Amino acid sequence: MLKFIKHHMASIDGIEIYPIISFLIFFIFFIVVTAWVYSKKKNYYDSIAQSPLEEDLTSTLNR
Amino acid sequence: MSQIERFSYDNKTVRNFMYASVIFGIIGMLVGLTAALQLVFPSLNLIEYGTFGRIRPLHTNAVIFAFVGNAMFAGIYYSLQRLCKARMFSDALSNINFWGWQLIILSAVATLPLGITTSKEYAELEWPIDIAITIVWVVFGINMFGTILKRRVSHLYVAIWFYIATFVTVAVLHLVNSFEFPVTLFKSYSWYAGVQDALVQWWYGHNAVAFFLTTPFLGLMYYFVPKAANRPVYSYRLSIIHFWALIFLYIWAGPHHLLYTSLPDWAQSLGVAFSIMLIAPSWGGMLNGLLTLRGAWDKVREDPVLKFMVVALTAYGMATFEGPLLSLKNVNAIAHYTDWIVAHVHVGGLGWNGFIIFGMMYWIVPRIYKTTLYSVKLANVHFWIGTLGIIFYAVPMYWAGFVQSSMWKEFTSEGVLAYPNFLETVTQLKYMYMLRAVGGALFIIGTIIMAYNLVKTAAQGSLVANEEAEAPALDKHESHVGETWHRWIERKPIQMLVFSLVVILIGGLVEMIPTFLVKSNIPTISSVKPYTPLELEGRDIYIKEGCNNCHSQMVRPFRSETVRYGEYSKAGEFVYDHPFLWGSKRTGPDLHRIGGKYPDSWHYNHMLEPELTSPNSIMPSYPWMFEKTFDASSIEAKISAMRTMGVPYPEGYEKQAQADIHKQAKGIVENLKKDKIKVSEDKQIVALIAYLQRLGTDIKVTAK
Repeated sequence: MLKFIKHHMASIDGIEIYPIISFLIFFIFFIVVTAWVYSKKKNYYDSIAQSPLEEDLTSTLNR
Repeated sequence: MSQIERFSYDNKTVRNFMYASVIFGIIGMLVGLTAALQLVFPSLNLIEYGTFGRIRPLHTNAVIFAFVGNAMFAGIYYSLQRLCKARMFSDALSNINFWGWQLIILSAVATLPLGITTSKEYAELEWPIDIAITIVWVVFGINMFGTILKRRVSHLYVAIWFYIATFVTVAVLHLVNSFEFPVTLFKSYSWYAGVQDALVQWWYGHNAVAFFLTTPFLGLMYYFVPKAANRPVYSYRLSIIHFWALIFLYIWAGPHHLLYTSLPDWAQSLGVAFSIMLIAPSWGGMLNGLLTLRGAWDKVREDPVLKFMVVALTAYGMATFEGPLLSLKNVNAIAHYTDWIVAHVHVGGLGWNGFIIFGMMYWIVPRIYKTTLYSVKLANVHFWIGTLGIIFYAVPMYWAGFVQSSMWKEFTSEGVLAYPNFLETVTQLKYMYMLRAVGGALFIIGTIIMAYNLVKTAAQGSLVANEEAEAPALDKHESHVGETWHRWIERKPIQMLVFSLVVILIGGLVEMIPTFLVKSNIPTISSVKPYTPLELEGRDIYIKEGCNNCHSQMVRPFRSETVRYGEYSKAGEFVYDHPFLWGSKRTGPDLHRIGGKYPDSWHYNHMLEPELTSPNSIMPSYPWMFEKTFDASSIEAKISAMRTMGVPYPEGYEKQAQADIHKQAKGIVENLKKDKIKVSEDKQIVALIAYLQRLGTDIKVTAK
């Protein structure tokens, strides 16, 4: 019975490259994003973070 | 200084989506409660169109796509306009989005009880409805991007990224998983077979949770939690990392639904690894939401909106901690196929989705009706009843899952199964199922209280259908010298879309390409042959009745399973299964090795009255299968469809199919006659027996 599943994927040459590629892609991507995010000062983000609250200001001004 | 422009926000569409969400939500939950009660009182399987196998998909589709889906649209339509300082791109598209989506839901309500289903979980709707979903989703996308493009702010707030990722990914998932071959107007076969179909389905299934139930609601969380707390999100930096890490990791995790199955080992391991990593962005997001309330916890005590959101985030944290845990192979070996998984999804569904929706609705409705909430007290009552409901639902289900799994796996000191009769492990759960129904009922009562409260709130105000607003026009000639690449992406929604698409495609492709290459590499088992025409008809009845909702067809390679069921399942055995029917829950026993285990008459009696053969069974009886004839009129189309998809029926075989049906059916009828059962050849039960007796028997041919 075992013959049906033994070496299931081994017949594809270089199959181990797929998990390795996937790990590398993610790892490099993650490092780049994190490095970029922390390369900026915190106040750089403050105005964007205010976006959901801003519109209240305009609507109160309208009243 | 640019010109100040006047415009208005469309609140009517938001209102419509919210009403639809509440109405369909209550209906969908009641269907769920009915299904829960059927497991305690099988006599509640009153009619053919209301058996557990048919209404369980109705429940899941209703709560996912009608309750949560409509609420998602409501939240996006509300927040997107305000974050973009622009009205929705087109009122006509908003209307098409709304009415089209409701028509899709109604068509699901009409087709699923009739047994018109593809059998693929959360993608049960047949091909014409799949096309309608595609059209409405594209309309939604155009409307969203149109709004983003005509916005009056330069940057895109993080909530909008989540909306964009939702749109792109759901589109890809739906298209890839719905690749099917139509045979008639209401019948199609999945283009993929066996292992590949399973992989695509759970890539879809898992990411439907990720990109329909999670990302849009994280976007809404990033909008409504700061709104309700009246302070900006804790860390905007964290939200950027949260976004990219989450969408990148989620897309890989699907195979954790297939641990210990016939899926190749490396793909299983990949799914496990990425699932464990997922805990980081998930908890990052949760903490970002909770920490937004820093210094505002006193408000949580008073404001029901914040209460709901805090519990929602907590439930999200629990579910996303449990998810990676469940994807560990040793934990999965215990939890899979049991009620533990049901508990897990309901912590996510009731706690995370339900509560964030409730919080959002309590927040939006008074505002668009220019009034205050009718009763804060009732909202608090809802909060406590709902929370109790979640606890009463989840705790008994965890308990049930653990108890049943332990019983499945227990051996006596003599080395035989302690509970060889599967039913012994089911009857144990009766009281837990009752408690679960109580929990569900509490949750529904809470939802009805909310509906009342919201209707009263609306009645004391009046809808501001078009809310006036003004904002300076966006200066098109702004200089962007020196901006960074990420800022550039943030400013450009189309780049954002493309970049998100690339990110999610990488995961999907790396996982699928090798598995599709396998097609030629799956060790074909020479004795595995295509189904006979009668078996194919029987298989379609199995699908129609939704048997796969309670029975798996996948014996895992554990001693406790091979002793109970027989030889474990091999990938090569499923190569002609369009679609695969592995199932995901064992309310009843696995059926992959059922073929030849019992005489035909056993199946006959069992389907007529399960308690005849299995006392205390909770399975519905299927009396109509003994009166209704199976419809073999489209067998020629079915055979040729199968051949087109690669099933090796000889050329011209379809001409012979009717004769073969007749021959095989005659054999079964004669077999039954020996046990003094009289039935005519054309009844559904005959086809079903043919299929059940074939299951898992092909490899036994070589064993001889």
